[in-house]
Amino acid sequence: MKTSLVKTAFVKSLPVMAGYIVLGIGFGILLGEAGFGPLWAVLFSLFVFAGSMQFVGVSLISGGASVLVTAVTTLMVNARHIFYSVSMYDIYREAGKKKPLLIFTLTDETYSLLCDGKTPEGADPHAWRLWVSLFNYSYWVLGSFLGGLLGQIIPFDTTGIDFSMTALFVTVFVEQWTSIREHRPSLLGVGATLVCLMIFGQEVFLIPSMVLITLALTALRPSLEGGVLHE
Amino acid sequence: MSNNAHAMLLILTMTAGTMATRFLPFLLLGDKRQTPPFIVYLGKVLPYAIMGMLVVYCLKGVSLTEISSVLPAVLGVGITAGLHLWKRNTLISIIGGTVAYMLLVQLVF
Repeated sequence: MKTSLVKTAFVKSLPVMAGYIVLGIGFGILLGEAGFGPLWAVLFSLFVFAGSMQFVGVSLISGGASVLVTAVTTLMVNARHIFYSVSMYDIYREAGKKKPLLIFTLTDETYSLLCDGKTPEGADPHAWRLWVSLFNYSYWVLGSFLGGLLGQIIPFDTTGIDFSMTALFVTVFVEQWTSIREHRPSLLGVGATLVCLMIFGQEVFLIPSMVLITLALTALRPSLEGGVLHE
Repeated sequence: MSNNAHAMLLILTMTAGTMATRFLPFLLLGDKRQTPPFIVYLGKVLPYAIMGMLVVYCLKGVSLTEISSVLPAVLGVGITAGLHLWKRNTLISIIGGTVAYMLLVQLVF
């Protein structure tokens, strides 16, 4: 029972493994170039565990940014995580002692694996989700360490490998699209974000997108809650 | 302050900032006996909207005026989605789409 729980969690985490290890390596290399070795990379990834923020963080550190600038930048870059927590609130609220760690490890990729709320039959759902989260966490930390060690010696050209994260989100999107007949929330997510990207530009479009999505979902609530959301 | 101490201070700041965004909804909503209906509703519909948002977020760097930027992205997404509709296997879809994208950006464009 226990091994099958860990095993199914491991299998669930596989789509994230390659991407996290390779992106982690990229991060470790970048931090190494800024003058901080593999142990720094491990520490950074263990503490912060937020992919895109850590890449931004390298330039903050090498540029000698202030604490205030760093804090504001972090809140801006990571504001989307508020969405994940709101979305998982009902699922995580009764996780007991596992709850803080589940929340701490709720990255974009972990969210994409767990947001459907499904867990294997017979497995303790909170333990299983925690295992999936921890596998992802370990890939990221391991990749960062390897990157710090490798420095610039990379065996092959990895240009474009970051697309694996895009591909993960695309597969989840397709999976969701085919699972229900109601497509308005999916279309809203794409449409509102595209509109905000065009209006506000690459740097700041996510926060307006989140506001717009929330407002639109609030307006659509009477019609969406009418029972169309069933699988 | 030394370089290392300042780096450590910034890492701790980023840790606190990241944790703030992840814990905020839980702190604000507290330990209610029942999840507010609006949050239950958002929990049901947000995953769909967020995944659409994340796909766009990942592609934000694509420059629409450059064919060498647009084509690999369009083909990469198309191949990933196509493979997924066909095989329904997340790993195959991700690996297929990513390898195709990498070959396109490294060898073709």
